[in-house]
Amino acid sequence: MSEEKTHVVSIKTHLLVLFTLIILTVITVLITSIELGPYNTAAALVIATAKALVVLLYFMHLRFDEPIYRIMFGLVIAIFVAVIIVTFFDYLYR
Amino acid sequence: MAEQTIHHQEPNYLEYQGKYKGLAGWLTTTDHKRIGLLYFYSMMTFFLSGVVMGLLMKYELIAPGEQIMGAQTYNGLFTLHGLTMIFLFVIPGVAAVYGNFFLPILIGAKDVAFPRLNLASWYLYIIGAIVVLISQFMGDGPPDTGWTFYAPYSLKTNTNVVAAVTGAFILGFSSILTGLNFIVTMHRMRAPGMGWMRMPLFCWTLYGTGWIQLLATPIIGITFLMVMAERLLGIGFFDPTIGGDPILYQHLFWIYSHPAVYIMILPAMGVITEIIPTFARKTIFGYTAIIISSMAIAFVGYFVWGHHMFTSGMSSTSRWVFSLLTFLVAIPSAIKVFNWTATMYKGSINIQPPFLWAIAFIFVFMIGGFSGLVVGSLATDIHVHDTAFVVAHFHYIVFGGTGFAFFGALHYWYPKMFAKMYNIRVANIGLLIFFIGFNLLYFPMFYLGLMGMPRRYYDYIPMFEPANLLSTIGSWIMAIGLTVILVNLSRARKMTGKAVDDPWDGKTLEWQIQSPPTVENFEEIPTVTTGPYDYK
Amino acid sequence: METTINPSVDLHRDDTASKIGMWLFIFTEILLFGGLFIVYSVYRFRNPVAFHLAHQELSVTMGFINTVILLISSATVAIAITAMQKHNKKLTMIMLGLTLLLALVFMINKYFEWGAKFEHGMYPGSELMANLGHGDMLFFSLYFFMTGLHGVHIIIGMVLLTITLIKVKSGAVNAGKYQLLENSGLYWHLVDLIWIFLFPLFYLIH
Repeated sequence: MSEEKTHVVSIKTHLLVLFTLIILTVITVLITSIELGPYNTAAALVIATAKALVVLLYFMHLRFDEPIYRIMFGLVIAIFVAVIIVTFFDYLYR
Repeated sequence: MAEQTIHHQEPNYLEYQGKYKGLAGWLTTTDHKRIGLLYFYSMMTFFLSGVVMGLLMKYELIAPGEQIMGAQTYNGLFTLHGLTMIFLFVIPGVAAVYGNFFLPILIGAKDVAFPRLNLASWYLYIIGAIVVLISQFMGDGPPDTGWTFYAPYSLKTNTNVVAAVTGAFILGFSSILTGLNFIVTMHRMRAPGMGWMRMPLFCWTLYGTGWIQLLATPIIGITFLMVMAERLLGIGFFDPTIGGDPILYQHLFWIYSHPAVYIMILPAMGVITEIIPTFARKTIFGYTAIIISSMAIAFVGYFVWGHHMFTSGMSSTSRWVFSLLTFLVAIPSAIKVFNWTATMYKGSINIQPPFLWAIAFIFVFMIGGFSGLVVGSLATDIHVHDTAFVVAHFHYIVFGGTGFAFFGALHYWYPKMFAKMYNIRVANIGLLIFFIGFNLLYFPMFYLGLMGMPRRYYDYIPMFEPANLLSTIGSWIMAIGLTVILVNLSRARKMTGKAVDDPWDGKTLEWQIQSPPTVENFEEIPTVTTGPYDYK
Repeated sequence: METTINPSVDLHRDDTASKIGMWLFIFTEILLFGGLFIVYSVYRFRNPVAFHLAHQELSVTMGFINTVILLISSATVAIAITAMQKHNKKLTMIMLGLTLLLALVFMINKYFEWGAKFEHGMYPGSELMANLGHGDMLFFSLYFFMTGLHGVHIIIGMVLLTITLIKVKSGAVNAGKYQLLENSGLYWHLVDLIWIFLFPLFYLIH
C-alpha cells in the first residue's frame, strides 16, 4: 500500500536532465583549464553541488516526494558540513 | 489509555511454536521480543566476562608491584575489557534489548518495520563478537592498544589489531541496522491516535539514538577500514612518517565515539523517564521539554568530540571551541534531571526496586556529570587527562548511567517479559550492596586521578596504595551485589505462580496487554486517545 | 471504544517504510564517504602543492568519460522507473540492461586506468609508492582507497540491479509493486552522486 501519490516523471524530462548534467560536466572541465586562482576549486565544488542537486531532485525524485525526505536529507548534509567546519577549527588555526 | 485486552488462549511469545522448535526456533525467530531476549542473553554473557576482566585488573592493582599479571597481559586485558564493555554491552545495551522488546509494544505495533533485518542485526552482532574474540587468540597476540586503537601505535604494534578492528566494524553495521529499523518503525507503525507527541519518552530517546547510530557509526566504520588498509596494503593515512596526521585519526575516532556515548546514555535516560512517572504516580513533568532535550543531546553531541583531545596537540582555537560546546551539552542533561525530580515532587511515591534503581541512577549520573564538567573544561582537563580521574568519570557515566538503567529496566519490565515477580526484598538488598560497592570502587579513583595516578598502568608508586586497596575491596562488594541481583532474578523465573499483568500500575501500552505478551502483542491494534502517562 | 485496524501493520507490505529505510541507508553511505571527504579535505589543505602535482598523473579524459558514463546510467535507471510506472515492462528491462552495460564499461575503464598505474609500479604497497613524498603518498592512498571503495559500491549496485532485472523479467517486480526497482535505483544514483564529487576532487585540481 502506498498513500503517497506517485508522480511519474516523463522520459523527456529525464533526457533533459541528463543533457543538463553533461553540459555541467563539460563546463567544470573547461573552467579548471583556465586560471582562476583559488576560485577554481570553489567553482568545481559549486558545479558538483549543482549536479548533485539535479540528480537528487529529479533522478531521485526528491522534488516530487513528501517534504519529510527533503527535510531529512537537508539535516544530514547540514550535520556533515558542520562536522567539517568544526574539524577545521583545528587545521585552520594550528 | 487503551482498552484492556482480554486474556485468551493464544500462546505467549515464550511458548510459541513456529516452524522450528526449541533453540532453532529462537535462532530463526523474527519476533522482536525473542530477538530482544537473544540480545539480552548474549549481552549478559559478554557483560559478565567483562566484569571478570575488571575484577582481575582491580586485583592486579590491589598493591604496588606485579600481583597476578605483567604489563603486556594487563594491556591486553584493558583493551579487551574496553572492547567488550563498550562495543558488546553498553553501545547496543538498552536499545537492543529493551528497545527491541518494548518499542513496538509501546507504540502499539505488532513488530518492528523490518523483522528479518532485525534478526540479521543480531547475527551481525554475534559475528562481530566472534571476530573480536578471535583477535585474542590468533595472530601475534591480543591487541594492546586500548579500545581506541589510536594511531600510530595501532599501525605499528605487532598484535592482532586487524581482526579486532574488523570485529568492531561488523558490530557497527549491526548498530546501524538496528537504528534504521527503529526509526522506520516509529515513522510507519504507530497505532492510530499515537501521534508523535503521544509516544512514550523511551521511544523518543530511541529515535534520537537511531539517528546517531545512522550518522555517526559510518565515520568510525571508514576510519577502521583505513586503519586496516594502512596495515594490510601499506598505504598511508595516519602514519606521520609518511605524511599522515595521527591527530586526524583521533578526530575521526571521536566524531563517532563521542556521539556513541549518547547512543549509550540516551536510551538509559529514556528508561528512567518511563520508570519515574509510574512509581511517582504522576504524569511526567515537562513532556515536551524532555523530547527537546533528548534531541538537543543527540544533536549537540555531534560537535563536542574534541574534548577527548585537549592534550593531543590540536590548535588552541579548537580547544576552547570544543570546551565551550561541551558545556552546552550539559544543559539538556541537567534539564532531564530537573524534570525527573519535578515529576516526583508531590507524587504519591511507591518505593519499589525499579524506582530505587532510578534514584540510584540519578545519583551516580550526577556525580558522573559533574566530574564531566571537570574534564570538559580545558584547564582542569590538562591536569587530569589520562589519569584515573577520567576512568572514574566515564565509569560513573557509562556504567553508572547505562548499567544502572539497564538493571533498572530489567527490574521494571521483568514481570512483563517473563510473567514472574522476583523477590522484592532481595532485589533491594542486592541493589544496596551493589550501590555501595560501585561507589567504593570508583570514587577513590577520582582522588587517585587528582593525585596524579595515570590510567592503563599495571603498577603504581606506594603512595597510591590505600585508595587502590579501597577500590579493589569495592570491586568485590559490587561483585557480591551483582551476584545477589542476578541470582534473585534467575530464581524468579523458576517460581510457580504468575505475576499480574500490571504489577506497578503503569499506564503505557505494555502494561495493558497480557504477560508474557502474545506473539502478535495486540489482538487488535489499539486506538490511542491520550498521552502516555495518564495519571489522574 | 472504537478499534480501527492500522493498515500499515496488518498488511505486510509497506512500500513507504522500505523507501524511508533505503533513504536512511543512503544517509549512512553518505557519511561513510563523508569520513573520507574529511580526510581528503584536511590533507589537501595541508599539502596543496603536492596534491596539485600528483593529480597530473591522472587522465582527465578518462575521468570525464567515466563521469558521462555514470550520468547516462543514472538516467537510464530513472527512465526504467518511469517505464515501469507506465506499464512498459519491455522498456524497463532494456533500460536496466543498458544500465548494467554502462556499469560494466565504467569498471572496464577503471580496470585500464588502475592497470596503467600498476604497470608504472604505482600500487598500494609498491616500492615506488613507498618512496613518494608525503603529499603524493597521501594523494595516491586516498585515490586508490576512495575510487576503490566507490568501485566496490558499483559492484554492489550491479548485483542489486541484476536481481531487480531478473525479478522484473519474472514479473515479481511489476507496475503495482516496484519498490525494489525504486530502491536499487536510489542506490545507483547514490553511486553516481559520490562520483560527481570524486571527479573534480581527484581529476580537476587546479
